Amino acid sequence: MKYVDEFRDPQVVQRMVCEIAATAARLPPRSQPWQLMEVCGGHTHAIFRFGLDRLLPDCVEFVHGPGCPVCVLPESVIDQAVALSQRPDTLLCSYGDAVRVPGTGGSLLDARADGAGVEVVYGPRDALELARRRPASDVVFLAIGFETTAPATALALQTARREGLRNFRVLCHLVLIEPPLRALLSDPELRIDGFLGPGHVSLVTGTRPFDFIPAEYRRPVVISGFEPVDLLQSVWMLLRQLEQDEARVELQYRRAASTAGNRTARAAIDEVFEPAPATEWRGLGALPHSGLRLAPEYRAFDAAELLTCTAPVPAETDPRCGCAKVLSGHMKPPVCPLFGRECTPASPRGPLMVSSEGACAAWYQYRQETADARR
Amino acid sequence: MCLAVPALVISVTDPSRALALSDSGGIRREIDLSCVLGEGPPEMLVGRWVLVHVGVALALISDEEARASLALWAELDDGERQ
Ligand code: SF4
Repeated sequence: MKYVDEFRDPQVVQRMVCEIAATAARLPPRSQPWQLMEVCGGHTHAIFRFGLDRLLPDCVEFVHGPGCPVCVLPESVIDQAVALSQRPDTLLCSYGDAVRVPGTGGSLLDARADGAGVEVVYGPRDALELARRRPASDVVFLAIGFETTAPATALALQTARREGLRNFRVLCHLVLIEPPLRALLSDPELRIDGFLGPGHVSLVTGTRPFDFIPAEYRRPVVISGFEPVDLLQSVWMLLRQLEQDEARVELQYRRAASTAGNRTARAAIDEVFEPAPATEWRGLGALPHSGLRLAPEYRAFDAAELLTCTAPVPAETDPRCGCAKVLSGHMKPPVCPLFGRECTPASPRGPLMVSSEGACAAWYQYRQETADARR
Repeated sequence: MCLAVPALVISVTDPSRALALSDSGGIRREIDLSCVLGEGPPEMLVGRWVLVHVGVALALISDEEARASLALWAELDDGERQ
């Protein structure tokens, strides 16, 4: 397909690998590898799928970041969604990945197996269509995602308001990319040398949420596309900045992203949502102003109002579960004692094993097979 | 989950709501063009490639930029790149 195949050209990849090795060889020698964090789960998936980590020289490694909205979803949100799906005449809709995330009492798919109303949709507009077709039911859309995904939910809510749809509601857990990055950078134990910025978040936000990284922490950022050529070019651009001891935000994904981002999409977000005082993140805890909630004019669409009990149940997590450490870049997935044993994609114990963009699922899918084949 | 895929705008299905039919590797879907409209009517985007995420086009793809980024690696010999 156009804009996909040519960015997977093996010859180009080969040239880039050589150039990366040459640039890495010019970096000042040090005992630990240079760590580049890919912020986005889409990048994590591509890195494993194409084996890009194996193409890097030994002195450079990828660290998987917190940019998978499914992985950072706290159990309490899933529990609320499950509670809503169990109401009479209610249909809870969300993305395929979200319905598989385990809550304290199971996932939305588990709830559906027990008779609750749960439906997988491609996007919020499909949920809206369900609401139109089923006027007697409450259709609740569980909205998760970063700035990339927020515009679609905003547009659906604008349409619902225009049409006066009274049976469409949104359980909103949309999050922002800057706060978790700030939290990671302020962690003194974490040593990240550069960041591969999330190209699809930038389609909406532009480069602004990443400006603080070079300005306040003197680390380079390259906003990257998602194909092998994109990611390797971005690695090369980061190494070039490190070589020249520079730290700025560069744009590799120029065919789609821009410094300014998409103003129309941001205007829709600003009209429909407002920053929530604090939002809970799996692995990172509650971060102030890190999520979005419905603005006052849209509160009538807030599904949280349908909940009888809104106090989140304290999560009982298995003490052996390594999700928090993996999410914050402190631990590699296979080091988790549950990895591949009690926690697998077929029966995930943690959210990082649910989405194909979760670091654990990516390791399991693309590295477990190699391990098994060698046995 | 935050993946956006390239899709070709085939035809406008509902001009008042900026909805259009798109094709992405053989998969046809109705998408919302309202975030990439600019000044003109949605019909002007027929034949353009866009990046689509959960049913909404978030950016137009620039063919010029795509070619420039590949040309950087296709044409130069190792060591010549600056
Ligand atoms: S293996 Fe499972 S429990 Fe362990 S960190 Fe990964 S997702 Fe969490």
